Amino acid sequence: MNRVVITGQGTINALGKNVAETLTAMSNSTCGIGPLDFPNVDRLSVQIGGQIQKYKAQDWFGRQELSLYDPFTQYAVIAANEAISQSGLDFSDELSLNTGVVLGTAGGGLVTQDQNYRSVYEDGKNRVHPFVVPRLMNNAAASHVSMIHGLRGPSFTVASACASSNHGMGQAYHMIRSGMAKVMVTGGSEAMLCFGGMKAWEGLRVMSKDGCRPFCATRNGMVQGEGAAVFVFEEYEHAKARGANILAEMIGFAMTSDASDIVMPSRTGAANTIRLALKDANVTPEDVGYINAHGTATAANDKTECAAIRDALGVAADKVMVSSTKAMHGHIIGGTGGVELLAVIAAVKDNMIAPTINHVKTDPECNLDVVPNVARQKRVKVAISNAFAFGGMNAVLAIKAI
Amino acid sequence: MSVENKIIAIIAEQVFLEPGEVPPTATLEELGVDSMALVECIFAIEEQFEVQVPFNANQPNASGFDISSVKSIVAAVEVLILEQKQ
Repeated sequence: MNRVVITGQGTINALGKNVAETLTAMSNSTCGIGPLDFPNVDRLSVQIGGQIQKYKAQDWFGRQELSLYDPFTQYAVIAANEAISQSGLDFSDELSLNTGVVLGTAGGGLVTQDQNYRSVYEDGKNRVHPFVVPRLMNNAAASHVSMIHGLRGPSFTVASACASSNHGMGQAYHMIRSGMAKVMVTGGSEAMLCFGGMKAWEGLRVMSKDGCRPFCATRNGMVQGEGAAVFVFEEYEHAKARGANILAEMIGFAMTSDASDIVMPSRTGAANTIRLALKDANVTPEDVGYINAHGTATAANDKTECAAIRDALGVAADKVMVSSTKAMHGHIIGGTGGVELLAVIAAVKDNMIAPTINHVKTDPECNLDVVPNVARQKRVKVAISNAFAFGGMNAVLAIKAI
Repeated sequence: MSVENKIIAIIAEQVFLEPGEVPPTATLEELGVDSMALVECIFAIEEQFEVQVPFNANQPNASGFDISSVKSIVAAVEVLILEQKQ
């Protein structure tokens, strides 16, 4: 089996418009969550979110591109450009055929759908823009990334709600491990901060009106975010031969299905997935220094996840650092695992442990070291990233320093 | 139909009972109303009575909207109707 390393990373999210800004914000405990700004926000009962500040699409793209790029595609393209540029890869003919794109998203072109439903239902128009379908389709982001960079290998889009990014990156990892591809551009993106996207979430009554406080006794729900993070995964020998700057090594992946409830998390399902990821990575619970938790700040997720971490790690759970960066960037749904992998890489590469901000009161049901409020500098050998999605679909990634 | 009878009908539908099988003193737990059925009941109450119910599934008891029994829900909805339909 081939070894897989990460040689590029890129992002845009509420904390920053690139990786450096995002990691600085994480290490400074910056909160990217604030009042939402889009049409009809006054008709929402929840009006906060992790929106990308001062984002103007026309600063990044031309008119022709914008006629084809929904915001979820824009974010993915911005992140992919940064990641590919950092990797220094030149996609010559042969490498082009051996490089694919697997991106996660849950809502796809939701903003495009929202705008066009409004146009035909509310405004009574009988005609929509000719590119509505290619804008809204869930694979638009992966397709545009492949087109821009000429990547002709295995490409598709994964949709598994909040685990989409982790599932996507897991597939990319397996493709390189098995020899199906040499390089994979992978991660995820989401742009759900529009009236229809938020209104749908309101129905479930699981969102907080005042802030995201994972693992805190005062937590009262999740807060939505938006953005993308994209990575370059590369076969180790290929990266070594060209003298690439290797950020970290992907060492394990596991995915399972709870097969029990469409929204409630499962302690057993989560614990099994963590155990399987460690087994796949061939590491012990004691090796794991940091867990980037799913940590949505709902009552149900956080206590279930903490119990699952204890089940999976045993006594090693007393020592492991666990944080949820969603308190800073919000829950980026299908893109969240991507943005969270930035924190996981920073943990093994720079020994920067991103904090769980907004922590005011310990919850006895979340009695792990949740790295409250302040980032830490601590050496970490192995780190894992949890994603436990609605629908009971779980995906855990494991990485280590190189 | 009274507010109580309408609410009993809403809850009964969620748990596959006849309205006659839902005593006003019953708790939601006794009736088998799980978290998803509860969110659906609240949605149906909002639609039926044209009110906004302050309810967050993460803090079911924090909103002041008392969901401990059928009776308490009826009382809370009657208050909301008075407050919000003026």
